[in-house]
Amino acid sequence: MYKYDSYDQAMVDARVEEFRDQARRRLEGSLSEDEFKPLRLMNGLYLQLHAYMLRVAIPYGTLNSEQMSVLGDIADKYDRGYGHFTTRQNLQYNWIKLEDTADILADLAKVEMHAIQTSGNCIRNISSDHFAGASHDELVDPRPYAELMRQWSSFHPEFTYLPRKFKICVIASEKDRAAMRLHDIGVQIVKNETGEIGARFYAGGGMGRTPMIAPMIREFVPLDQLITYAEACLRVYNRYGRRDNKYKARIKILVHELGRDEYVRQVEEEFAHMLEQGVEPPLEEIARIKPFFADPAFEDGPKQVDRSDPDFALWVDRNTNRHKHDSYVSAVISLKPVGGIPGDATGDQMRLMAKLAKQYSFDELRIMHTQNVVLPHVKIGDLHALWTELEAAGLGSPNLDTIEDMIACPGLDYCALANARSIPLAQRISERFDASGKTEKLGELKLKISGCINACGHHHAGHIGILGVDKKGLENYQLSLGGSEAEDTSLAKITGPGFTEDGVIEAVDKVTDVYLDQREGEERFLDTYRRIGMAPFKEALYG
Amino acid sequence: MDNALGKSPDEVQFRFRNDEMVDHAAVTVDSCCDQTNATAVRIEPGDDARVLLPFLDRLALIEVNFPAFGDGRGYSSARILREAGFTGELRAVGDVGIDQLSHMRRCGFDAFAPDKPLNEEDAKRAFATWENVYQATIDGRQTIPQIRHGG
Amino acid sequence: MRVLTGNDLKTGDVIWWTGEGWSRHVDAAADAGETAEQVLAAEEAALRVNVPYVIDAAREADGSVRPAHIKDRIRALGPTVRPDLTLKPKDPEALDWII
Ligand code: HEM
Ligand code: SF4
Repeated sequence: MYKYDSYDQAMVDARVEEFRDQARRRLEGSLSEDEFKPLRLMNGLYLQLHAYMLRVAIPYGTLNSEQMSVLGDIADKYDRGYGHFTTRQNLQYNWIKLEDTADILADLAKVEMHAIQTSGNCIRNISSDHFAGASHDELVDPRPYAELMRQWSSFHPEFTYLPRKFKICVIASEKDRAAMRLHDIGVQIVKNETGEIGARFYAGGGMGRTPMIAPMIREFVPLDQLITYAEACLRVYNRYGRRDNKYKARIKILVHELGRDEYVRQVEEEFAHMLEQGVEPPLEEIARIKPFFADPAFEDGPKQVDRSDPDFALWVDRNTNRHKHDSYVSAVISLKPVGGIPGDATGDQMRLMAKLAKQYSFDELRIMHTQNVVLPHVKIGDLHALWTELEAAGLGSPNLDTIEDMIACPGLDYCALANARSIPLAQRISERFDASGKTEKLGELKLKISGCINACGHHHAGHIGILGVDKKGLENYQLSLGGSEAEDTSLAKITGPGFTEDGVIEAVDKVTDVYLDQREGEERFLDTYRRIGMAPFKEALYG
Repeated sequence: MDNALGKSPDEVQFRFRNDEMVDHAAVTVDSCCDQTNATAVRIEPGDDARVLLPFLDRLALIEVNFPAFGDGRGYSSARILREAGFTGELRAVGDVGIDQLSHMRRCGFDAFAPDKPLNEEDAKRAFATWENVYQATIDGRQTIPQIRHGG
Repeated sequence: MRVLTGNDLKTGDVIWWTGEGWSRHVDAAADAGETAEQVLAAEEAALRVNVPYVIDAAREADGSVRPAHIKDRIRALGPTVRPDLTLKPKDPEALDWII
């Protein structure tokens, strides 16, 4: 894992002091809320329904045991004993006091963490594949490039007041586990015909009220021009992205309105100019970063588990991913217990996961965009011991990628922008499908719930998506089908008129019945939907 | 021609150059291009700074206006002008606050005329916020990656 | 009735204007009537409240106050999915008030 040197540490420390000063000026009244808001947002501090909310960055979703355990300690010391892992691989605390915030940031800085640029119209925390450096199917570990971009994007002097937020994702496999093409910029590390490693760029993806899939804008950027090219993309956006309407300010609208080709032309022009400016960090920098992500000392061991305990066997089948070393797997700790709050973890659970990572996973953890936690490198021989401890702590749900593993945003229970609650739906659906035993039959089924059009819960990309809307002051829910955020990216389509809370739960049940009835062979819900189209589902819902 | 546009030198609160200040008001980008004698011009957020590139030699002052601090187009304008070799005064005017100073400085601004005068102490601290920086810009500072690898 | 609400600047707590000061309990809210905007401006300037606004609410027969919009009812009580963290953790019927 990356370790700060004195320069990285000094940046983060300086930021803590800067924020302490800003908070002081606000509490003394020399900054108005209008002036302070953008500053606190740059430090991930929102004002939500019940209190301030602090969003902590977990760069490319990677953290070590000590960091996870400090996150747990902060939950206990400054919050109400828990935190919420988000689709952006961040952690949110819901009950924060402005007076405490600088102290929390100082506690985070001690373990090389921060809340920098987790909000505001700047380049946000960079996301990546949660199995990076572990999965069998990747070309290289994408995280050194993500780290290079993290540094470049931190306090970027030109790009701190962009038209709108800017999200970058870096992956390095054909399989997309990070919704790469639904980011403002998606980078895929690839190999060209001559065997050279470089970066393929996509731009203009996003969710929100106008979801779009990013088109590819450059097949291959040599690695010694990566930052320069990104800088060109951002400069064109900063100059020409719309600023007259917040809902049209994301880069997806610029790319859409200009057309991909015209955007590419402008970027190429800027890129040619930028190449002469010497903005690229020296190539030695990536060479310096890479060893931090070197493989730990893997050892040969058992390659199979004892399947005599069916509960354990089910968990292994569901919640582990094939590793590049055949004696290891990546194990997913589900934060989706039946009836629980998706993505929430208590301070105790965080410390337990930290301990398990130390014991079983070379001190490393990952946060998934599906709001779960990964132990990336677990010996197959240790799986049973690990599972036993997880089970005892209520963290052993064997439900990865099933309907119970849904994404749900905080919704109206916490979020000031929400139209409707998301979490209660998630709870009731998981209880219902678990009780009926249908979860197992359905196999892979991605349900995603957002409490409003901002789409934090990725509903556009759900095999089944649910969107909370306000219908004359009452909570109402729209259902959509057919989205995917994997390498076969697609956007879900709305089924028709919305439902009440009870109604939408019934509706989910009905569409899954249509699938079970019509599926052929090994088809997933999504495959069946793509084959038979919307009509049979509509018929079942409204016919 | 609109002569009432520019900030007067008295309104410049911070200046990092020793040459004499241009004491007449700036003109708009459009009129600058039409007029051969203008030596000071003012850029609005929507203006394309590159339009000025042919005239840089005769310009002593370019004011970049920030009607609202959240509109960051002026940062790109400033860098573009410096990247093209502009050595005259680059003045940030308008809604310029303490917390924007260090970034503006890094993008090439060397004079600041905020609408609301800023606290001198706070500003001094703000200009010195970052002992070291990650990105290469036209300010010529050695970046952290460069320092790491021996300049 | 017109009720003033906002968050405590320092702690972020949801607070309601009682006519004399601020309370965390919506039932203590007073009808601010025509003076609402004036009070808001003064209280915000005095740094006692952050991002204040005026809402419509009704005084019920038992004297309690019910904000017109569900969002403010959730603010008044707490997250419906964590009854233990609401202002009425021991009252199983508290959640019914939200809907
Ligand atoms: C509770 C406080 C939150 C607020 C106020 C908030 C606000 C927003 C807003 C306004 C947008 C729309 C941006 C746009 O379309 O331009 C958005 C998008 C998004 N948010 Fe949140 N959000 C919150 C929490 C979360 C959480 C908890 C997650 C993760 C579970 C999250 C992940 C995302 C994602 C993935 C998007 C879509 C990105 C895109 O449009 O490309 N947010 N959020
Ligand atoms: S989707 Fe809407 S309700 Fe849900 S967290 Fe985002 S802004 Fe809040």
